[in-house]
Order: sequence, then structure tokens, then C-alpha cells
Amino acid sequence: MSALMWIVLILIGIAAGGWLLRWAGQKATSNAPVFRDMPYGVAFGYVLGAAILVAGVFFYFKPTVNDAGTAVAGVVFFRWAVQGLLLSMLLAIGFKQFGKYVGTAGTRKLFRSMPLTASFGILIIIIYVIMAVFAPIIAPYGQEEVLASANVIPGGNPAMGGDPAYPLGTDQIGRDVLSRLIYGARNTVGIAFATTVLAFLLGATFGFLAATLGGWLDQFLSRAVDVLMAIPSLIFALLLMTIATVWAAEWGIPLTIFMVVIIAVIDSTRVYRLARAVGQNIVVMDYIEAAKLRGEGLGYLIFKEILPNATAPLLAEFGLRFCFVFLTIAALSFLGVGIQPPLADWGTMVKESASFISFAQFAPTAALPPLLAAGAIALLTVAVNFVVDWMLHKSSGLKE
Amino acid sequence: MANVLSIIVQRLLLGLLTLLVVSIVIFLAVNALPGDFAEAILGQGATPESIATIRRDLGLDQPMVVRYFDWLSKMLRGDLGVSFAQLNFRTNLGGAGDVGVAEQIAPRLANTMFLAATTAIIAVPIAVTLGVLAALYRNTIFDRAANVATLSSISSPEFFMAYLMTLFLAFIFPIFPSLSNISADLTFFERLEKTMLPAITLTLVVTAHMMRMTRAAIINLLASPYIEMARLKGMSPMRVIVKHALPNALAPIINVIALNLAYLITGVVVVEVVFVYPGIGNLFVDAVKNRDIPIVQACCLIFAAAYILLNLTADILSILSNPRLRHPK
Amino acid sequence: MSTLLKIRDIRLEGRSDEQWNPIINGVDLTLQKGEVLGLIGESGAGKSTLGLAAMGFTRDGVRISSGTVEFDGIDLVKASAAVKRGLLGKRIAYVAQSAAASFNPAHRIIDQQVEGPVQHGTMKRPEAEETGMELYRKLRLPDPDNIGFRYPHQVSGGQLQRAMTAMAMSCRPDLIIFDEPTTALDVTTQIEVLASIREIVDEYDTAAIYITHDLAVVAQMADQIKVLLKGDEVETADTRTMLAAPTQEYTKSLWAVRSFERPAKPSVIGGAVPVVSVRNVDASYGTVPVLHDVSFDIHEGRTVAVVGESGSGKSTTARCITGLLPPKAGEIAFDGQVLPADYRKRDKGQLRQAQMIYQMADTALNPRMSIGNIIARPVQFYTGLTGKELRARVDSLLDQIELEPSQYFNRLPSELSGGQKQRIGIARALAAEPKFIICDEVTSALDQLVAEGILRLLAKLQDELKLSYMFITHDLATVRAISDEVVVMKDGRVVEQGEKQAMFTPPHHAYTDLLLSSVPEMDPDWLTNLLQERGVDNIGDAAVDKM
Repeated sequence: MSALMWIVLILIGIAAGGWLLRWAGQKATSNAPVFRDMPYGVAFGYVLGAAILVAGVFFYFKPTVNDAGTAVAGVVFFRWAVQGLLLSMLLAIGFKQFGKYVGTAGTRKLFRSMPLTASFGILIIIIYVIMAVFAPIIAPYGQEEVLASANVIPGGNPAMGGDPAYPLGTDQIGRDVLSRLIYGARNTVGIAFATTVLAFLLGATFGFLAATLGGWLDQFLSRAVDVLMAIPSLIFALLLMTIATVWAAEWGIPLTIFMVVIIAVIDSTRVYRLARAVGQNIVVMDYIEAAKLRGEGLGYLIFKEILPNATAPLLAEFGLRFCFVFLTIAALSFLGVGIQPPLADWGTMVKESASFISFAQFAPTAALPPLLAAGAIALLTVAVNFVVDWMLHKSSGLKE
Repeated sequence: MANVLSIIVQRLLLGLLTLLVVSIVIFLAVNALPGDFAEAILGQGATPESIATIRRDLGLDQPMVVRYFDWLSKMLRGDLGVSFAQLNFRTNLGGAGDVGVAEQIAPRLANTMFLAATTAIIAVPIAVTLGVLAALYRNTIFDRAANVATLSSISSPEFFMAYLMTLFLAFIFPIFPSLSNISADLTFFERLEKTMLPAITLTLVVTAHMMRMTRAAIINLLASPYIEMARLKGMSPMRVIVKHALPNALAPIINVIALNLAYLITGVVVVEVVFVYPGIGNLFVDAVKNRDIPIVQACCLIFAAAYILLNLTADILSILSNPRLRHPK
Repeated sequence: MSTLLKIRDIRLEGRSDEQWNPIINGVDLTLQKGEVLGLIGESGAGKSTLGLAAMGFTRDGVRISSGTVEFDGIDLVKASAAVKRGLLGKRIAYVAQSAAASFNPAHRIIDQQVEGPVQHGTMKRPEAEETGMELYRKLRLPDPDNIGFRYPHQVSGGQLQRAMTAMAMSCRPDLIIFDEPTTALDVTTQIEVLASIREIVDEYDTAAIYITHDLAVVAQMADQIKVLLKGDEVETADTRTMLAAPTQEYTKSLWAVRSFERPAKPSVIGGAVPVVSVRNVDASYGTVPVLHDVSFDIHEGRTVAVVGESGSGKSTTARCITGLLPPKAGEIAFDGQVLPADYRKRDKGQLRQAQMIYQMADTALNPRMSIGNIIARPVQFYTGLTGKELRARVDSLLDQIELEPSQYFNRLPSELSGGQKQRIGIARALAAEPKFIICDEVTSALDQLVAEGILRLLAKLQDELKLSYMFITHDLATVRAISDEVVVMKDGRVVEQGEKQAMFTPPHHAYTDLLLSSVPEMDPDWLTNLLQERGVDNIGDAAVDKM
């Protein structure tokens, strides 16, 4: 209960601080508009933010090893997190500066108006693509290569059961975790990308057709999509995967291919909705009417008049869909019915190494394999979302 | 009012129809399987007699349409059938202890509802408040920080959040238990304590979504001329938000909440697996792995029904909140 | 008289493309108690921004960079938010352009009426309601005791606009800003709103700033007129002086627009085959009938103006002619030959003969296509020209619409001004080498000077190419300027049709008369005279309903 009392006391202190800040500000600046019109909530927010910052700095500089000589996991992880955040910010700033001076006039202009989050996102996407393409060159070992020793602890410290040759350790059957992480970029991202492309081909084609032709085709497709969307997508995917396992065994086709098709079909319903809505907004435009009255055919209408005007929202949607597909595949793999071994895949890796997390309070590095694999998934989706967010913001800004 | 009623009745019927079609889809998907359930259940060592027994038990000798209506009518009566694991056990070993799918699912469904309710109770007020605040202080440091934080939280896979929460709140600062081994004889508070970690994880994911959408809904409204009018009438910022923006933002906010509660249904599967929470999601995943079709079917139908019901509720509530429909010309 | 509002050297900036751009560059404004100032200018002149700044208010993304706004001795630029809130709604009120959008759809009208006085503490609720109904009565709203208990969507646009004026009056303010209050209304509705606004402003001796782009409207309302151009003041004078003798070139050019009128053509020789003939057309959207027995002819080289208020069926008639909406009954003939009802059944030769120019040039041009391609496509599609010949044809079309080909060929529509975009729309129609062009409100989205340029261009092209126009419009000034014949429509029926000269000389059909007499004129006494002529209770919708 004393902890609760402390929290209440601190909150009261911050509340008083907020009032004091506003009062002092008004006195010091002789009632400048900033302080005069400042609502109390805002003052409270400033003090709260400052308090959190101070607490963070204090915690950061606490010793990482306690008197007994064991690591204080909380501080270690906090330092890693802060360092990671600062490093990301530095990278983003550096990349933005780089982009401002290198490249064509168009990209330079783009980089100048870009927020840091977007430049960070682009940088991360580039790194992932490089990792996926050059995985065999970058990775020290093969993804399926079983090495001499199994269950080497990450960290590369022999005293703790590590091995400098395997900085992130090895898994239960002795495969290098670092190499599998790098190959994971190729498998996990590659499969998700292919799935998204397939979903887009399906969804966008039918969506535009429904928007342009209307009538019974539109009615039929839209009702069918309504029904498919009434089943939560992960649940539907799991149901179909259950069935697919039987088919896969029967026909000898890899389960992964079934997964790609299943997720693509489920996801294409969402793409269909968007493509249809975007298409309908464009179809009512007068320039489409003009083209129709000219006697233009369906192909010209879709490819020359509609598609060029739909690229911005579709591109943004592609990013979002990719994230969604990527997360769904990761979830399926994590649940054990997604990408199948021996392919290295982040979702599967998380599942396999999850139990290491419980060692974290004794040896913080032990928790790295599951956290890095899950983090790798999170990082890419965060990056893509940052870029999409910026794109959406930009296109909505253009409209105004 | 008659107008609104007829719209609501229409929506209800549409919802029922959707559910019916969904049940057909689920039934067909499962029955499109090659070969025979009976063989699938008993595996390699099946004798012709035992296969015949199971066929008769499951009614596999009947035509598809008959089987569908049989299955549907049983579902409606709450008889979700018998799981394959049980059938196998009974046929091969002659066991009698019949635990139907319904009996297996019921307590787990209750657990899942408990988790979802806990999450909703924490998440909805926080999300709506933060969303309104972010809209009020848009483009400030607070708004930008919230934007980055929520985007990151939405983008992360649920299991990443789950393990981060375990790492910090169970191992480094041991506040909550890392596993949710809930049983029927726990008191409410013990139960709540064990549910806390999965609930917090889900809260993080759902809150981020809801907050962003609430913010967007309100900002959308703040640009409308009647909000400007209210400000030009000298109304205080608080009154502008509460009296002028909020009543009109109700429909979008209700939709946001429903959408996210529906999302909980999906998110719950992964999170339950991480925390070994004895809910319906965990049961579903086990059934998927064991290819226990009756359980998969039943869970699927329950998830879909919950999903449709939530969307329907949101639909009806937003119809009721629309003055144009409540007071027709 | 004492000074109520004193604006000195105000400068306003708006944020776009990551920088602050000037909107108003140092304008002065002085308003005495009880005086009405008309603020006029074209779109982009900054008149709304200035009007709001007079209330010490700026929209998001706009700021006051310097200057003072002194209202009754209080500087609104420096005043705290709380002080400003105390003045807004109580002593300074605002009437917005679109009443339908500016009333909160979630609350009843009376609740919004009393919110000001109750929140500002000037009245208790029952008293405020009483005052509200009193105001509704004064503004001649129908059923004043009950109309407030309706929701905004249950009341018509013209009535809402008056209800908003009542709301602005609720605290008996010293100053009201009217921001284009009648722009969105039909002429017959506009007139009654104008009349009631003027009456109540007179009665309560309220000072007002009346913002509009319509000179004739401001002539009725204002004691003084201030003309703005791109954020600068052009001139200020009292209304009669300004109308009689404007001193600045820009003001004179604004006045001159009204005088453009093309000489009428000789009447059609009897027995000539019309280019387009609409015969007994009935049409409906779904089961809702919108056109009843519409018939008229359009002859070669002539312009037929189709006039009517919103909902009269003008645009639907155009959709029937182009075949987008196949008529339920009746037929469309072209050069004496009956066309298939559905455009999909017409052949290329039939399609190219009738072209359209749209109201909103923004949505009429594909934003992702260059100007050259937009014009080249129909040329190529209908004539099969390619390469140099195609380019030469496009260049000559650009010449015809008076745009320099080399300069515009590769540009995108977004890089053009509104008037230039409308010219591109004309060029695209010409590219098909049609005999007949439908012009659907082509000038109503444009400023007066630009609109006049478009009208002159269309007249020139008609003479050169012997084109026939069907000119859909609600603006009678445009009709007077360009048409040879007029078709008046109301509720999907042709009310009256005939030669322009005949149509504009009495006697008219009653509706035509109402329509014609409702168009504001530049004479400051016009409204007063009209009200005397028609009687206070017999204007606008009331008069329409009596028909």
C-alpha cells in the first residue's frame, strides 16, 4: 500500500507543480499570452512530462550490477531501450540529411518536407530489403545449417555459456540464431509481400470492375465480401488452414502455398472494399462522364482514367495491407500453422525461444532471441506504418 | 419513430441472414475436405467396423443438405456435437464419459468474456479520453508523441507486446503472474489478478487503435462550420467539445469501440496462447492443431456470431444517435 | 455617431506549403454604430478572413501578424481568450454562409437560439425562448412559436438562414458579421432573406459588415462599400457614390461586366430542321418523376438558355439529351433523326455531335492527365490523327481558346487557374468537332470578370464554327448576355419559352415574372421598390407557394 501512497503523493506534487508553473510563468513574463491563456490541464501536462523525463534520466544512471554482482535486468533493458531510441533518432536525422543533399531534385524536395518518423521508416525498409536480398552474403551461417553445439546462450560471453562465434547463440538443435534472423527477412517478408501482391491483384481488379460496371456484378461481389468479412480474418484463416493441412498432405503441395492463397483471398476482401470505394468516388467525376459519352471502352476507363487517380490511396492501402498480412502470417507461424520449418521465420522463432524470457532477470542477454525476432516483426510494421501515415497525411493535406 | 424501427428491424434481419450464410460457408469449407472424417478421426489403424460406427454416429451417410440442417438445428439447441478426440476415445476404447463440445466450450467462453470485459473496462474510457485530449491539443508535442506511440503499438504483433509485458511486469518487476492458470474455484480478485497481464496487453493494442480513431473522428468534426459557429458564439472550449462536438461524434465513436471490441476477438487468440489463458481462443488453436473439426467449427461460429452481433449493435446505436433518423422531415 | 470598430493596418497570413503567406496586407476599416459596411471582392480577396478578424478570430492555419482591431475600445488582437469569449455572441455576432452546415444537427433550433443569452448570462432560458420566438416572428418565419422546436434538417435553407440571423440577434449585439448569407440560395429565396435581414438590422440599429461577391446584393444592404482585391483595399466610398462613380480601374471593370450583352440574332426561318429537338420527354430517377413533357428545339448557330432554380430539372434534361438518363417517354432527335435513348447504343458519329462543358472544371478534367493529352484524346479517338498532325490539331485548338500551346501543352490541370481550366474544357468539347454543345452552369463557379471572358469566348466560337449551345444556368444576367431563346423550367416542366427579346419584355408568365423581378439590380433602391410593389408578405417562397 505504501507504493500506492507514493503514487498519490507524487501526483499531488505534480498537480501543485502545474499550478505553480502557470503562476510563475504569468508573473515572470508579465502575463504573456502563452501563460495567460494556458489551461490548467496543459500546465499539468508539462510538469508531468518533465517529471517522467527526470525519473527516466535518474533510472538510466542507476548501476547495472547490484552488490551481489548479478545484473539488474530492469536497468539493463531500460538502457538498451533508451539507447535504441536515441540511435534510431540519430539514424533518422542522418538519413534525412543525406536525402536532402543526394538524389534527384524531386527526392531532395521530398526529404526536406518529410517528418523524422517517415525518414526512419524509409531507412528501415531499405535495410530490410538489403537484408532479404543479400541474406546469404550477410549471414555467417546457412539457415538450416546445424552447428556443433546446441543451446548456446546469446551474448558471446563464454563464462555465461556463450560463444563469440555465435553472438546471438544457437537454438535447440544448434542452428545459429543470428543467421536465422537474417534469413527470416527473406522468408517472412518475402512471403508476406507476395501474399499482399496477390491480394491486391484480386481485390483491386474486382473492386474497380464493381465500381465501373455497377449493377448485379457489384451487388453480387459486395454481398459475397460482406459475408466473408463477417468472419474475423485470423479465425477464418485458422479454420481454412486446418482444412488446408489435409489437402496439403493429400496433394503433396507445401502448406506455405496454401497459406499464401488463403490469406490473400481473405485480405482481398478488404482491398476490394477500398478499391470499390475509391473507384466509385472517381467514377462520379465529370471527366469519367465525358470519357463515357465519348464512347470509350472499359479498358481505357479503368487503366487511363481511374487507375492513375487511385494510385495514392491504393499505395497507402498497400502499406497497411502489407502490415496486416505480415502480422497475420507472423501470428499463424507463432501459433504453429504458418510458415513451416525448416525455413527460418520470425514468428516460429519467437514461439520456439519464448521460454528464454523467464531467464531475463538473471541474464538479460538470454531473452534476446525471442525479443529480437518479435522486435524484427514489430520494427518493419512500425516503419511501414510511419511511411504510410506520412503519405496519408500528405495526400489529405493536398486535398484541402 | 416508425421509420427508425423499420430500419432497425431491417438491420436485425440482415444480421441474421449474414449469420446464416456464414454458417453455410463454415459448414461447406469443412465438408469440402477430401476423404472422410471417419478415417481422419481414427487414423491409420481403423477397422472397417469402427469406421462404419463413426459414420453412423456422425450421420456421414446422409446427403450434404440434410447434414447441414441437422448440424444447424443442433447448434441452435446448443448441442455443438462431440469432439473428435472424444469420439476416437469412445469408439476405440469403448469409453462412456461423454463430454460434448458445448460442455468443453462453455467455461472457456466465460473466461474469454471475462478477459474481454476487463480489457474493455480499462481500455474504452482511457482511449476515448486520450483521443479527445489528442484532438483538443492537436499538433502539440503531446499529440505527436501519442501519434508515434500509438502507431508503434498498433504495428507490433500481439505476442511481442505480450512478451514485453511478461518481461517487465512478471519477471523484472514481479507484479503479476506470468501465466494465467485460472480455475473455477478462484475468488474474483485472484481471478482478476491472473487476468491482468493478458488484459493489459490487449488494452495496449486496442487503446492505440481506439484513441487514433476517436481523435480522427473528433478532428473531422472540429472542422465543421457548426463548431466554428459555436466558438463564434463565445462558447468555452470545453462546452464546444462536450455540447457541440461529442453528440455528433457519437456514431463514429460507437463504431470505433465496436470495431475494437470485435478486434479483441481476434487478438484474444494469440494473447491467450502466450499466457496459457484457458479461454476459447486457446481451445480453438489446440483444436486447429489437432484438426478437431467439431470444435473448430463451433468456435468459428461463436467468433463470427460475436463479431456480427457487435457490428449490429454499433449499427443500431449509431442509427439511434442520428437526429435525422430519429426526427424525419 | 460614435466609432464602434476600428481596424488599423491589419495583416493576416495563412499557412501553406510549410510557410506563412500573406492574405490581407494592411487594411484599415472604420465602422460607426448602426452602420452597414459592404465588403466585396472576388474569391481569394480575403474578405471572409478579414470579416472574422474583425471579431478577433482566425481560422486554424491563419494568424494576425500585425495591426489592431479595436472594438469599442478593446483591442481584440491583444485581448485574452476569456475577454474575447465574453464579447463573441454577446456583442459581436456572426452569420455564416451555409446555415444548413452551421446549425448543429444534434440540437433543436431553439436550443441553439437560447445558448448564447443563457451562457452569457444575459437572460434566463424562458425569457430567451420568448425573445427567440419574437425574433422569428419579426423575420417572418412560418409558425414562429413552434419552428424552433424542430431540428435544423427539418427546416428549409432560406428559413434556416433567417433562423441563424435570429440566433445572431439573440443577445442584441452591437455588430453582426454577415458572411455571404445568401450565396447558396435561389434568387426567389434570397430576396426574402435579404429583406428580413435588412429590416431587422434597421430596426435594432445594429452595425454590420456584409461580405459578398455580388455587387447588386451589397447595393441593397450597405451604407458604405469597401472593395478588396487580393488582400489589398481598392477603394471605399458610400454606396451611392461608389455605384455612380467608381474611381479605380478594378472597380470600374467589375461594374462593366454587367453590361456585356451580345446582339440578338434574327429569328429562325420557319421550316428549318433544328439541330437538336427534345420532344415530349418524361424522365424519372428510379420511381421519382423529375421531368414532365419537356419539349424544345435548338437551331443551328443559336443559343438556347434553360433557366430555373435548383431542382427544376435543367440538368436532368441535359442528361436525357446526352443519353446518360434514358427518358421514360418521348424522344431526342438530332438533325431530324431520332437518337437511341441510351448513350451506349449510340455510335461514334452520333456521340461526337453533342459535347458537354461542365460547371466544375476541377472535376471535369482528369487531374493526372496533361492538358495536351486531355485535348488530344478526343481528337485521336474521333479523327484517328496521330503524331505531328495530332499535335498540330491540339495546338490549333489551344489557339482557339486563347491559350499559348507551347506553354500549356505539358501542364497538369492543377497548375491552371479556374478560368483556364474552363477553357480547356471548351477545347476538349471542340476537339470532337461537334455541332452542338451543352454548357452546364459553366460560369457559375467563376468570378465575374473571368466568367465574362468565358462568355465572350463562347460567343466568338459560335460565330466562327456555327455551333448550337444549350446553356443551363440559374443566373439571369448570363441569360441576358448570351442567349437567343429562353426556356424557363420549374418542377420538371417547361413553364414558358420563346425568343429572348419577348421573354424579357412583359407580359410574362407569373413564374417568369417572379424569377426576373427577384434578380437583384445595381440600383440601391431596387429592394425597397420591389417590396413596396409586391407587398411585404408576398415575396420569395411565399409568392412561389401562391402559384
